[in-house]
Parts: sequence; C-alpha cells; structure tokens
Amino acid sequence: MATPETGALAGAVLVYLFFFAVAPPFRDLSSLSTVLYVSSIYGIPALAVAMLMIGGEFDLSSGVAVVSSALLASMVSYELTANVWVGVALSLVAALGMGALNGYLVIRTGIPSFLVTLGSFFMLGGLNLAGTRLVTGSVATPSISDMDGFASAQAIFASNLDLGGVSLRITVLWWLLFAALATWALRRAPFGNWIFAVGGAPLSARAVGVPVRRVKIGLFMTVGFAAWFVGMHQLFAFDTVQSGEGVGKEFYYIIAAVVGGCLLTGGQGSAVGAVLGALIFGMTTQGIVYAGWNPDWFKFFVGALLLGVILLNAGVRRWQEARA
Amino acid sequence: MDRSRRSSVLALAAALALASCSAKGGKGGADGAGQAGPGMMVAMITHQAPGDTFWDIVRKGAEAAAAKDKVTLRYANDPDGGAQATLVQNAIDSRVDAIAVTLAKPAALAPVLRKAREAGIPVVVLNAGIDQWKDTGALSFFGTDDGVAGEGAGRRAAADGVKHLLCVSHEQGQVQQEARCDGLRRGFAPGRFDKLYVIGTDMPSVRSTVAAKLRQDPSIDLVVTLGAPYGLTAIEAAREAGSRAKIATFDSNPQVPAAIRSGALQWALDQQPYLQGYLAVDALWLQKTNGHVIGGGAPVLTGPYFIDRSNVDRIEAFAKAGIR
Repeated sequence: MATPETGALAGAVLVYLFFFAVAPPFRDLSSLSTVLYVSSIYGIPALAVAMLMIGGEFDLSSGVAVVSSALLASMVSYELTANVWVGVALSLVAALGMGALNGYLVIRTGIPSFLVTLGSFFMLGGLNLAGTRLVTGSVATPSISDMDGFASAQAIFASNLDLGGVSLRITVLWWLLFAALATWALRRAPFGNWIFAVGGAPLSARAVGVPVRRVKIGLFMTVGFAAWFVGMHQLFAFDTVQSGEGVGKEFYYIIAAVVGGCLLTGGQGSAVGAVLGALIFGMTTQGIVYAGWNPDWFKFFVGALLLGVILLNAGVRRWQEARA
Repeated sequence: MDRSRRSSVLALAAALALASCSAKGGKGGADGAGQAGPGMMVAMITHQAPGDTFWDIVRKGAEAAAAKDKVTLRYANDPDGGAQATLVQNAIDSRVDAIAVTLAKPAALAPVLRKAREAGIPVVVLNAGIDQWKDTGALSFFGTDDGVAGEGAGRRAAADGVKHLLCVSHEQGQVQQEARCDGLRRGFAPGRFDKLYVIGTDMPSVRSTVAAKLRQDPSIDLVVTLGAPYGLTAIEAAREAGSRAKIATFDSNPQVPAAIRSGALQWALDQQPYLQGYLAVDALWLQKTNGHVIGGGAPVLTGPYFIDRSNVDRIEAFAKAGIR
C-alpha cells in the first residue's frame, strides 16, 4: 500500500529494456528526447487526472478541453488583435471555470462525474467546431505567429532546449516541475490527506470535517489547468489549431494514471506513479514506431502492453499486501 | 466508489475496445510494410484514420514502387496533426533516407519538416497540401486540388440538371473535405446546396443520418459523398428513405464500379490514390539514385478522373485488384 508506483516502476523498466532490445533507433538520445516529449504531453494532464481519481472522480472532458483552451486563446487574440497573452489569460480563466462547473455539477446533483463529464465532453466538442466556424468561418484558427507576445509565449510553452546536441522540449521540464508540485501537494497534510480521504472514504471524510466540496471542485479545476497548459503548448508549437482534435485523449490520461497505480475506485495513487504511467505510454507508442512494426497492429500492441503492465501492477500490489 | 459506476466504466471500456476493433474493418494492408531489404529506407507518414479503403490503395501503390525499387518502406499514420508530426520526428530519429508525408494539417507539420530538411532528408508531399507543400521545402507534390475537383463535380451536376445537391462530409472539421464541399458549392452555384456532417467511423449512423436528411427534405436530388464507402452507404440510405435522390461520390474502391454499372451510383471522382503512393516512393528513389526531381516545382496532379458508365468496363478489373 505504501508504494502504489512499485509496479509501474517495474513496468517502465521492462518496457524500456524491451524496446531497447527490439528497436535500434530507440537507443539514441534524440529518440529518448522524442519519447520524453510525447510522454510529457500525456503526462501533464495525467498528473491532474491522477489527483482527481485519487479524489474519487473522473473527467472525460479533459481531452477536448485541451483543444478548447487552444482555440479560445487563439481566437480571442486574433479577433481582438490583442497581445496573445490576453488570449492565454482569458483561456486560463475559462478552463478553470469549466473545471469548477464540472465539479459544481457533480457535487450539487450527486450524479457520478463519469456522466456529468461525458455530457461536457460532447458539449465542448460541439462547441469547439461550431464556435470556431462561427468566429473564423473555417474549421481551423488563423495563424497567430506574427502577433505581439507570440515569441515570449512560445518560449514558455513550446521552446526547445539544446543540451549538447540533443534538443529537449520544454514541456518535459514543466512535466517534472508539475510532478514535484503534485507530489508535494499529495504528501503535505492536511491538503493531501483530504484528497485521499474524499476518494477513499467520503462519508467519514465529511464526518471529520474535510471540506469535501472545496477539495473536489479544486481537483476538477486542476484538471482544467492541466488541459489549458497542454492546449497552450499545442497552440504555440503549431500556430494554428484544428477544431476537431482532442477526442479520445482523455482515455490516454486515465490509462496513464491507472498504469501508474491509481484505482478506478479512488483513494489510492501517486504523482510519481502518474509520471511513470505516462512514460510507459510514451515509450510504448513511440517504441512501436521505432521498431517499425506494422501500424495496423499499433493499437493492439499498445493495448496488450498496457494490460500487461496493469496486471504486473496488480500482482506487485497483492504481493506487497501479503507481506505486510 | 460504488459498484455501479465501476461496472459502467468497465462496460464503456469494453464497448470502446469493441468499437475500435470493428472500425479497423477490411483486410487490406495486413502484410507488406517494413520488410528488410537492401538499399534505402523511406518513411511514409499519412493522416489516415483507421478503416478507410482509400488508404489501402495508396499503400498498395507505395508498396509496389518499394518492391520495384528495392526500397524498405515504413508506413505510419495518425489523423491527429501533432501526433503525425511526432511520427515524422520518429522517422528523423530513425535516420531514414527519405520521407513521404501528407500535409492535411500543414501548420502542425511545418516545424518538423524544417528539421528533416536540416538533417538533409529529402521530403515529398502526397495527397494533401497542394497550397503549402512548397513552403515546407519539399521536392514534389503528388495529389489533386480538392477545390478544383469539387468545382468540376459541381459543374457536372449542374449540367446534368440537378436542382438540389447535398454534400456529405464524413470527417467534420477536416480541411480537404471542407475544400471539396466548398468547391462543389462554387461549381454548382446558383443551384440549391446543403452540407451534412456524419460520423465517418460509424456506418449505421451514416446511413440513418443521410436517410433522415433525405426524408426531411425530399427536394434533394443528388447526394455527393466524399469517400467511396460513404457513397455506397448513401445508396442504401436513399433506398431506406424511399428517396428519388441520385448518389455520386469522390474517390473509388473495389465496390464502386459495380455500383456504377448497375446505375445505383452516377459517377465517382477518382483521384487515383495508387499513383500518389507509387509516385511518391518512386520520386524519392529517383532523387537518391539519379538526383531527379519530378514536377519542376509545380504540383503533379493524379486526378481528378471521372469514372462513369462510359468507362467503367475498363476500370472494373483494376478496381477489383484494389489498385483503382
């Protein structure tokens, strides 16, 4: 129980060794940098989703929320001919607001978050397309790369660092920083205890005076923040945003959290586990490409490897519990 | 937390797993890419979504050229722009000799194609990106101009005496599909024009949505779909709705000629995808062995080519073999 990420760590080592053996290009530092980049794009929302799942809730709208944030920031800046930071800030407010709304609806109605956020998932998806078409007359936003503030925003959200010939994306550093923050938040009493309590034993948590509402709404807002952050990365890495993207990504975040030791029932998990889960996911998706396997089987291999890691995880957990 | 939510999560996960299996439908392309061989290695990276017959034909062309030129072909695909860019980065990391890529989402791919150029890897563009391929520094473009093709189809419909045309897009928010529908509208003007979005990965819903539209507006007398499988489904939808609307489609597949011969389908606008795959690989091989560049800086058009009753006999055998 003390270390939910032990299984994930063993899984990460195994997956790394496996692709190191079967895919020669996987051994290069530049490939490792690409793997870390992909892992970070999944890993940043996965951290927030893991915290939410520890708190006993789901968010299915996180994948499209990434695209919503990017679209909003881009369109606000372009239509108002404003400094792009105006759009970035407004988009952050909207993303936090959307998270708060999800949380409020879950608390207020008592309907499972799985259903509430399923609704917001579809609504955001429709809004992305309809809103973009309404404002720009097209299905993608116009390029904002020549606007004021773009260069500074790009430096923060989407720059490359040159480390002795290997270029490392800045999102990897942000990912590790957020992971450190999440670890600190989860381990620090009383806030971390509250999260575990509302997920593991909600009734007794309420009874002992844990502010369940504030904790849950805060967790949904954290997911909103993470979606916003990745949305900003996409916007400043690619200049324009396609309104139809993002669907299905929410499951990758949940998979990363679960592989990293989160329980679907809440009350267990860790930030380090979510990092390892995203890393396993990134290594698997990229490793298959580096190995040159037939892409028709791609999803099958991803599913099989992830299932293997989850089984390993469960086995390690049983073994630990038996020893304890 | 409670069992009902847990089981609903599992049920949804199972349903998703099933849905993604059936979306893979068809048996094309199960073998081929990635055989070891002497000579150069070419990566072909497209925006193919799972389960579209169109890309089987592209891959057949690419594999034929690869076999003839003794090129090792690595095929990979992802409809998400950022993910496709990562696949290009994977190819660069793997030190391939040349890259063939589709530019459905040019902004997402431009930065990584710049990296390919810096790494000295020649690039050709196929299928999508006729307006942007030159800016990326690519050597050649093999494909069609979707806007021009749409206009031609629209003019033909007007000349055939069509009064009310319905354009059915199966991938909401995709730039090429928008260009085709917009081209149809321009060529067909001032005739009455409507656009319908369907969920391309869900055929039963395509059929019922088209049927519902035809029932709702009986004045529609020509349905134009943007992909061959959807045209064949639209035939069933018209039958189901008791509509007198005729059906035509962009692109072709092995079932299309029989439908044209029987009169169920008016015409198919073929962009000859086999040529796109074949010429892209062959052009890269010619570039490496002889320094050739095809196209002289202008796009090489592989279509459009109208398949109708006048020429279907000639085409049918090729279509059955999966190359038209």
